[in-house]
Amino acid sequence: MKFNTLIFLGLLLASSISQAATTLVAVASNFTKPMTEIAVAFEKATGHTANLSFGASGKFVAQLENGGPFEVFLSADEKNPKKLAQDDFAVADSQFTYAVGKLVLWSATPNYVDDQGKILSKGGFKHIALADPKLAPYGAAAVELMQGMELCDKLQPLFVQGENIAQTQQFISTGNAELGFLALSQVIENGKIASGSGWIVPDDKHKAILQDAILLKTGAENPAAQALMKFLKSPEALAIIQKYGYELPKEFKLPKAA
Amino acid sequence: MLNEADIATLWLTFKVASIATVLMLLLGTPLAWWLARTQSRMKGIANALVALPLVLPPSVLGFYLLVLMGPKGLVGRLTTELGLGTLPFTFAGLVVASVLYSLPFVVQPLQTAFAAIGERPLEAAATLRASPLDTFFSVVMPLARPGFLTATILGFAHTVGEFGVVLMVGGNIPDKTRVVSVQIYNHVEALEYEQAHWLAGGLLVFSFTVLLLMYSVLKTQPVAHPIK
Repeated sequence: MKFNTLIFLGLLLASSISQAATTLVAVASNFTKPMTEIAVAFEKATGHTANLSFGASGKFVAQLENGGPFEVFLSADEKNPKKLAQDDFAVADSQFTYAVGKLVLWSATPNYVDDQGKILSKGGFKHIALADPKLAPYGAAAVELMQGMELCDKLQPLFVQGENIAQTQQFISTGNAELGFLALSQVIENGKIASGSGWIVPDDKHKAILQDAILLKTGAENPAAQALMKFLKSPEALAIIQKYGYELPKEFKLPKAA
Repeated sequence: MLNEADIATLWLTFKVASIATVLMLLLGTPLAWWLARTQSRMKGIANALVALPLVLPPSVLGFYLLVLMGPKGLVGRLTTELGLGTLPFTFAGLVVASVLYSLPFVVQPLQTAFAAIGERPLEAAATLRASPLDTFFSVVMPLARPGFLTATILGFAHTVGEFGVVLMVGGNIPDKTRVVSVQIYNHVEALEYEQAHWLAGGLLVFSFTVLLLMYSVLKTQPVAHPIK
């Protein structure tokens, strides 16, 4: 009896293994939290597994062009996936925008940043942190905002630059920089800024931060990689993306909850 | 080719590494001397503390320094009290971080060199009524010369090559904390591979030349043998 059960369980396991596949995903650091949650939902919905690797988008490009094993790439911008497609490492027509980033001016100190960002012109701080505008789209958007407010020349000497926005957040949360620019996703919890104080920068102050995904040639034949690309557009994934402070691309707007 | 910003990072790196190396020799010499000669029970703990940066990932060490030297940290509050402000994002902060990070590379060769000298030369000097300080400068220093050279080379080279710590406490500010390793990394991240190659190539040639020069000096040095 026991033996039979074992065989049955073994067969069950074998059959599920034959259908479920695993895919290795390169994820831009700013998308760490939502993607972790999406991966769990993905596994539940499809039986496939997504193994996530987090890092800077530019580093992933260098790795991918030199034999990196990733099959799906969720970039922090649209430029990096485009380059991979041009260089023939990715499936060009698979590229799409999975999230639109929102910029926030944030401080670890409560009531320090007002909800209109007037603190920027008022001053009174020694350091303002941002991600390197040359490397990170959120850094570039921050510079564009400050240029629009004609404050860039005044604030530039106070800049401290993180190599990515995760590091930028460490500069601010340790209090070494009084305030700085981050992705809203880094400081949001349950739909609002979890601690400190922040100003969610209106979209019209800078070019849209489009974050694109692309299927790599290495994953073109993997059912798990293909399924993940599809799952990112599902209402379930979109709801998670929105919850973490991203705008949805126009073509995927969720129906308003009635 | 190298642009002006690249050359500025090279110059800054040279400045940080030189100042840090001098400080490490000043700090490391008495420390290594004590470590080489003490019978104290604290010796094990001190040895372990000095070697700790060898084990800790640089970005972890950098993060702890960021917290410690920040406005809420112990060191940060002290420096603020003293009117120095906080250290992260400053040239001085970078030097302090480099000293902590590269110190084992200076202390360990010195410690080995001091230990190799043994008791005999010191006893001989003492019978000739040399003061301890005089003994140190006229007996120990010449005998430990290869150790000093190795310590200088390794301390300097290791500081030039450091990256994770600098990235954390530096803040990538031109002419203040943007050193060459960070600049190379930025070029790679921005997919500017050509500039990255030029800078990395320059760094490679520079480091090789420095090491070669120092090692040739080391080789031609008449290595003094302790009196048997």
